Amino acid sequence: MNALREKARELLATKTVQVVIGYAPGSGGAARALFVREAAQAGELVFDETCLQNLAAYLMKPEVRRLGRAALVARPATLRTILQLAAENQLAESSLLALVPGADGVLSLSTFSAIEAHVAAQDNDLSAAEKSELEKFAAMGLDERREFWQEQFSRCLKCYACRAACPLCYCTRCTVECNQPQWIPVPAHDLGNLEWNVMRAMHLAGRCTNCGDCSRACPVGIPLYLLNQKLCSDVLSSFNQRSGMAARADHSLSTFKPDDPEDFIR
Amino acid sequence: MPDFQPKIVAFVCNWCTYAGADLTGTSRMKYSPQVSIIRFPCTGRIDFMLLLKAFASGADGIIVSGCHPNDCHYSSGNFHARRRWIIFRGLLDFLGIDVRRVQFSWVSAAEGAKWAQLVNETSERIRELGPFAGYQRLRGLGVG
Ligand code: SF4
Ligand code: SF4
Repeated sequence: MNALREKARELLATKTVQVVIGYAPGSGGAARALFVREAAQAGELVFDETCLQNLAAYLMKPEVRRLGRAALVARPATLRTILQLAAENQLAESSLLALVPGADGVLSLSTFSAIEAHVAAQDNDLSAAEKSELEKFAAMGLDERREFWQEQFSRCLKCYACRAACPLCYCTRCTVECNQPQWIPVPAHDLGNLEWNVMRAMHLAGRCTNCGDCSRACPVGIPLYLLNQKLCSDVLSSFNQRSGMAARADHSLSTFKPDDPEDFIR
Repeated sequence: MPDFQPKIVAFVCNWCTYAGADLTGTSRMKYSPQVSIIRFPCTGRIDFMLLLKAFASGADGIIVSGCHPNDCHYSSGNFHARRRWIIFRGLLDFLGIDVRRVQFSWVSAAEGAKWAQLVNETSERIRELGPFAGYQRLRGLGVG
């Protein structure tokens, strides 16, 4: 933590960056985002197991971009998100550097290739627990799965906190706000809730970096991570692709291979 | 349910399957009348949301069909669509929606007979599965 504060102080004092985006203690035992713009404020930064938020979401906000170059305290999924945003041509290499706190100090990654090398060395797979939860779902009957999701989605409020939290939901005009035609009904009823959640998942398929922020943001605790992880695992098994591995990469759903699986097509 | 006449919506591309279905008609081949065909410029344009809207509007089954691989009028629309279908099918199944209600196929402009067979077989399967009441019940609040 001290190394992180020291690094932040140095980056701000030497004007290498104009803002350090990190974590500070928040309410209810959770951490909140902290924007450090003066070297003197760097002492407020913390980093521990409560610091879960994917801070890359802020890189897409115009008001944050206007602050100047940013140093971002990054967890493994944050690094993948940076690369995914870069692959979608949303980030300039010169606009950020990533600070990775570790056991022996803090690593400062200032180029996409440095981030790529770091990501390639970290574990990007679904965890054993995540995989076994997906297997449990696969073993359930169709009706059981439908009932499970119907109950979950029936609680959705259409608050779109999941969308606001997601660094990859950056469209300035979302299909949800489109009313000619009205793709997603405005009121929170079962049909519209299902349509919304299918759309959210599909629009993130092959892009989601499994940071978990959408699930954490959901005020009614819908396990959105299950949908994301299902799609991550399908993209990997069907196309052998993972999101967020490289700053230049084809998006798995806007490219193809002539021999993609088609056993389900007549 | 012997009297059940399923509603099937077919999303087809202009260049291959639509022409194929046209050939079925001009060849005077008889096939199941339960299908309503919607013509698209390309399979690449068939957004997954349209399939959901078809179910929401009362479809019991869906056919999505376009040009065979390498035959797409726009060269790669069907390849891109295929990837989207793979992911979409997996998601539907995960959500507990029976993917047997959505039939994907390639039907070329010369395959009038294949189109007739595809529609017949699909409507037979949907007839066995019965009305898609589970989905239609979601409309409960009457807003759609
Ligand atoms: S969909 Fe959820 S888990 Fe995936 S990148 Fe967005 S916030 Fe993170
Ligand atoms: S955060 Fe939860 S309740 Fe809000 S729109 Fe997303 S899924 Fe629905």
